[in-house]
Amino acid sequence: MYTQGLNNHDATANDTSANSERFQARIDAEERIEANDWMPKAYRRLLIRQISQHAHSEIVGMLPEGNWITRAPSLRRKAALLAKVQDEGGHGLYLYAAAETLGVSREELVDQLLAGRAKYSSIFNYPTLSWADIGVIGWLVDGAAIMNQIPLCRCSNGPYARAMIRVCKEESFHQRQGYEITLTLARGTAEQKAMAQDALDRFWWPCLMMFGPPDSDSQHSDISIQWKVKRFSNDALRQKFVDATVPQAHLIGLEIPDPALRFDEATGHWVYGQIDWDEFRQVLAGDGPCNRDRLAARRKAHADGQWVREAAMAYAEKRRARPAKLAA
Amino acid sequence: MCLMKSGICEMATTSISIAETPLVALMLERADDALILGHRLSEWTGHAPMLEEELALANMGLDLIGQARELYTMAGIAEGCGHDEDQLAYLRDARQYRNLLLVEQPNGDFATTIARQFLYIAFADPWWRSTMASSHPTLAAIAAKAEKETAYHLRHSSEWLIRLGDGTEESHARAQAAIDALWPYTGELFEPGNPDLIAQRVCPDPPTMRVAWNRTVDAILAEATLTRPSADGILRGGRAGRHTEHLGHILTDLQYLQRSFPGATW
Ligand SMILES: [Fe+2]
Ligand SMILES: [Fe+2]
Repeated sequence: MYTQGLNNHDATANDTSANSERFQARIDAEERIEANDWMPKAYRRLLIRQISQHAHSEIVGMLPEGNWITRAPSLRRKAALLAKVQDEGGHGLYLYAAAETLGVSREELVDQLLAGRAKYSSIFNYPTLSWADIGVIGWLVDGAAIMNQIPLCRCSNGPYARAMIRVCKEESFHQRQGYEITLTLARGTAEQKAMAQDALDRFWWPCLMMFGPPDSDSQHSDISIQWKVKRFSNDALRQKFVDATVPQAHLIGLEIPDPALRFDEATGHWVYGQIDWDEFRQVLAGDGPCNRDRLAARRKAHADGQWVREAAMAYAEKRRARPAKLAA
Repeated sequence: MCLMKSGICEMATTSISIAETPLVALMLERADDALILGHRLSEWTGHAPMLEEELALANMGLDLIGQARELYTMAGIAEGCGHDEDQLAYLRDARQYRNLLLVEQPNGDFATTIARQFLYIAFADPWWRSTMASSHPTLAAIAAKAEKETAYHLRHSSEWLIRLGDGTEESHARAQAAIDALWPYTGELFEPGNPDLIAQRVCPDPPTMRVAWNRTVDAILAEATLTRPSADGILRGGRAGRHTEHLGHILTDLQYLQRSFPGATW
């Protein structure tokens, strides 16, 4: 997911201090933990890491879709895509603000991203090669994000949960819009349909990887489930996504690029083939098709903006220094 | 040029021709200004100097693209040949575009983008306000909406120009360089309109906007501690379809899919 790969095993979870017990009792009673409430250090660390990865994903995610704004095929599509990518920037903004309630500044978090010390979702390290990618990203990537984020609306951390409620409304709009773009292509000319199928072929497996490593990878129970940050396992969410998406693809005449895919009557689930976890690890390690480009673009924007941010601060200083002139 | 003889290909990939009455030309001028400037602002997406500006630049881009859509639709109706907003935007070539040279200038650094926005909006804002009284009801309605948007754009770009001009030494130098570089394109803002349209009170005559523009520009430049260039803005040609080299590249991006896949619906 946007915070994939976070299977958390932290010894301090077993802390038996009175505070910890009270904290766990509050969590078990489905209470929200707010900024000024006591929380274990490990909980704070976990939340900062998860929320900042999520924020970084929103921001880096603007790049692959931004790649098509100037080339959108109609004015309606152009405006919708620009608004969509702007929404993602807004999500980044809420999420950095949620992280700030845990005592870390946006600047620190952005520095971690630019230094290559923070992660963001692997999906944004894949290139957008045709207009159909814009449809498929909205449909699948925003669709996968929703699967993950709807349970996060009930996350034990209050600020994060509230940010997710706002974000989810917009993500489901993005998902419908993406599906509608894909549907239009699938019902269009032969070339357009091929474009849509090609985009699905390229994005399907990376989208399944968005949910993070398989549950079998973790030997111990995940502390973030105990703390009700996470409500479902990676595989459970992945299955939910596959079950929801396969019929949507079939409905518009597109094929899922998985020869092993079959419907299991007994369980009522779509059974999918083997995910290439080597590719997943490679992309997470920084060697995906676009990792270098994405980070370079973020670094360049930050470096190019340095003088602008300095000017804004210098001007604000000057204004504070001469309040009388201001009033005019 | 399309070498295939099939009628469909000819119709869909070659540029359309426009029955350009003065009213249609007016709509296209204003629509092209808005689209091209909105397109330029949209190029910032993912690359702005801070997240808040990422959102603000996208907002202004969306306002302008929205204005363009309404104006193209209105131009298509006024022309009466069945052209819709997309045909007008995607199937005219650079010589048929009527936008100001100013709005097609590249984004450059943030100071250039802000200066371009400011110099244009300081004109567009009073022009739209005055057009709210248009004798053409649709244009008056578009103006009423556009004026609210341009009022915000003017506030945003003025505030930034002041911050940059009166910020650091570097930002001051960049802001002054941007104003100096764009100044030659400002004369075109005031190119006289069609006398019949002016007489019928369809829109105000651009030269009458000079006083308001001067007042805004002088006040903001002074507060920004920037110097107003002394030369006149002499570069023009956009309204007649004679553009700078930049427009062709914008249209190459903008029109790529419509030109590559003739007749497809998106
Ligand atoms: Fe988002
Ligand atoms: Fe989204």
